[in-house]
This record gives sequence, C-alpha cells and structure tokens, in this order.
Amino acid sequence: MSKEVIEILDSDGVTRALTRIAHEILEHNKGIGNLVLIGIRTGGAYLAAQLQQKISEIEGEEVPLGIIDVTMYRDDLCSRSDLAVGQTDIPFRLRDQKIILVDDVLFTGRTIRAAMGAVMDLGRPQSIQLAILVDRGHRELPIRPDYIGRNLPTSRNEQIKVDFDDQNTAQAVHLIKN
Amino acid sequence: MSFNPKHVLGIKDLSAEEITFILDTADSFKEINTRQIKKVPTLRGKTVVNLFFEASTRTRTSFEIAGKRLSADTVNISASSSSVVKGETLEDTAQNIEAMHPDIIVMRHSASGACDYLAERLNCSVINAGDGTHEHPSQALLDAFTIRQHKGKIAGLTVVIAGDVAHSRVVRSNIYCLNKLGAKVKIAGPRTMIPPGLEQLGCEVYTNLEEAITDADCIMMLRIQRERQGKTLIPSLREYARFFGLNEQKLKLAKPDAIVMHPGPMNRGVEIASSVADGQQNVILDQVENGVAVRMALLYLVAGGEKLQDNC
Repeated sequence: MSKEVIEILDSDGVTRALTRIAHEILEHNKGIGNLVLIGIRTGGAYLAAQLQQKISEIEGEEVPLGIIDVTMYRDDLCSRSDLAVGQTDIPFRLRDQKIILVDDVLFTGRTIRAAMGAVMDLGRPQSIQLAILVDRGHRELPIRPDYIGRNLPTSRNEQIKVDFDDQNTAQAVHLIKN
Repeated sequence: MSFNPKHVLGIKDLSAEEITFILDTADSFKEINTRQIKKVPTLRGKTVVNLFFEASTRTRTSFEIAGKRLSADTVNISASSSSVVKGETLEDTAQNIEAMHPDIIVMRHSASGACDYLAERLNCSVINAGDGTHEHPSQALLDAFTIRQHKGKIAGLTVVIAGDVAHSRVVRSNIYCLNKLGAKVKIAGPRTMIPPGLEQLGCEVYTNLEEAITDADCIMMLRIQRERQGKTLIPSLREYARFFGLNEQKLKLAKPDAIVMHPGPMNRGVEIASSVADGQQNVILDQVENGVAVRMALLYLVAGGEKLQDNC
C-alpha cells in the first residue's frame, strides 16, 4: 500500500510560522534580555538557528545559540537500536537565563523531559520555555509548548516529517499517512 | 551506523566503522568531564563490577569514574582482598558475582583469554580491561582517540610503538586498532623483547629506535615491565635507556609536530627521559583524560540497546 503524503507547510509557511514565533518570544519576554536559544539535535538545532536569525532581524542583536543532545537523558536506552550520541555545545552559562528550548515536532513529550533534565544539569536557568514548529498531540507527560508553529491533530500511526535543505533551512512539513 | 555489542573483549574483532563509532561516542561524552556537575543519568540502575586480578590504578580508577559519571553503581574487587587468595577458581568467583546481578563486569586478569572465557560462561556483559599479554582494548581506543584529537585523523600517519613488546597487551590491541584505521605501525625494541612473527599482525619491526622514529607522526613508548621478568631480557636498565630510551636528541628525528605517548606508569630515565615526558610534544595526560571518555562510551554501548531488555 502506498503512503499518502500531505504537505502541511511549504517553505513560505515555515518562514511565516518562525517569524511569528520570534515576535511572540520577544513580546512575551519583553525583548532579548537574558534570553538564550537551545535547539534539540538535530531538527530543533536547525530551527533554533533560524529563530536566532529572525530575532536578529527584528532586534538588531544576536541571542546566544546552543545545541543539546538528549540521548544520555532518554528513558528508553534499553530499547533503542540506534545508540549514536551527538555532541552538546552550549558555550555560555545557563544560570539565571531565560531558555527557549526549540524542537521541530512535539509528540509524547519524552524528548522535552529529557532535554529539561539535560539543561538543568548544566546550570539553573531562570525559566525554560518551549518553542515547537509542529505540535502533533498524543502527550504522555504533562508538557505543553509556549510557542507553536502549527497545531496538527494526528493519529498515532501517522508520521510528521520536517524537510531541511543543504543549508539546514526548513523547507516544508509533511504528514505521512500509513 | 550504530554499534551495540554485548561484550568488548578485544580490538581484533571490531571493524574500522565500529572503532570510529566508539571514538565518536567518546567525543560526545568527553564534554561531561569538564562540567561543573559531572554526571548524567544514562546508566542509572546499572551495576558495574570492576574485577581486577592484577594491580592497576589508572585503568581501574578510569573505569570507576566513567561508570560513576554515567550514574551506574560501581563496585571494585581486587585480587588481594578477594577470595582468590583463598583458592577460589576464576569461574566460581565470577559466578558468585553474577549471582548478585551486575550488568557489566570489567575484568583485568594475568591470563590471556580470561575475559573470553568468562564472556562465554556468564549472562552479563564483560569488558576486557587487560588480559595477560593478549589485549587491552580500552587503552588502544583511548590512544587512537588521543591521536585523532591531536592529528585530526589516523589514516596515513606513521605510529612507532617502542619498548617491551613481548610483555605488552597494549601493543597487540594498538596494532589491530591503528591498522584498521589506516595508520602505518612500526615496532621497535631489543630483539629479546620482540616476539617472533610479530610482522604478521601488520607492522614493520625495527631493532634500532632511531631508524624507526625517523619521520614518525606519533611515538608510543612502552613501559619496561620489571615485574614481568623484563630484566632477564636486557643486560641492564642503563643500557636499555641508552639504546631504547626516548630522549630529546632521538625525538628530533621524528616529524617536528610528532606527539609522544605513554600508557603509563612511566619509568622516567629508562624508556622515556624526563625532558621528553614533560616536554611540549607529550600528550600523556591527554591520554589519561581521554581514557575516562572512551570508557564511558564502552560502558554506554555495552549497556544500551535491546540485548539487555529483559533486565530493564
């Protein structure tokens, strides 16, 4: 049986969503004071870089950008077949910072729980907020995003795929029905 | 790719891709060792037993710290304080430990093949921390990691390993490891300390240190193992130091950016002059530092994945 692929956001749609999220982050935090972006490897890291760019365009100043790999904090070490661990690169202090955690798709919430654990081990931030390109539902933990590109109710056996180009810029979001 | 071994018994059976995957994993773990809070919850609830039948400070401490930084519970057993001195066999000792349900046994033993023997008989994972004169995989991996860190690559480099080759498990693991990663390996030492047929492992053998280290990228000096009858193989330590000890003068024959390594513990003034051991080109303490990251990677890869799912 062939899979049905539906385009949810095209390149312009992704750009508009990120622009709006950037404005929302700045509005909610009243500017870029103590603000840092941390992207979750790999999709979230790419999106965080795009958000950093958007915020620079609006404010004329760059916010610090870090990348976090949450593999070491996952709760499914024993059932994973892929054990690759990526590098965490956060070249600034997190203490008393307002962290915007960025990921591409929010699903069960387990990755975000792991990411919050990883961030807390690196320092005590003032707050952690969550920015997501697509929220597809099916939460298994009490986690909710603060900034959402697109709300997309899905069934469990569907997949969401965010496509990035060679420059790691998000090009499209697809829903894959099995 | 991913790599999910039940045991790590030697380098011989690993592929170049698997070795690179271990080194990349270690690269990701390395950052934890410089954090203010040096701990991640990855191996929470796992028990690691360090079973050391031979004296070791560096390797045992390194494995212990690696386990603790991954939140595993680590227990150390050394031969002098164990029931081995009361006459228990290796298999009985291991079975008694296994009855307490550890997840990983890290073992050092004086008999070559002891780790393979245990791995066949136990359900838990076994990591070889040095067996006789056979293999010492974690040392070879941390050496490769250190070379890669300083040279950016391993393929195409010329690496000299010099000293008491016959008694060194580090040499065997390193020849396998460096060959698989594409380096050229030269072995140097007194003829009495070079086992016959060593060339078959894939290396060039020299009995003249100067000749071997000319234009080398990396020089690894081995310890004269006095406790393993090293002294009957050479006339005197003084003579050894003169011909096979690495001093500044001999080091000048290597490439100007060559690095000097030593698995420790060093006999200063014997196989390595103090001026070299403390010199600009030495990376000896980097080896020790990287050892923790490499052992974290090994514990993680052995403990992770689906093979232990029943225990989760």
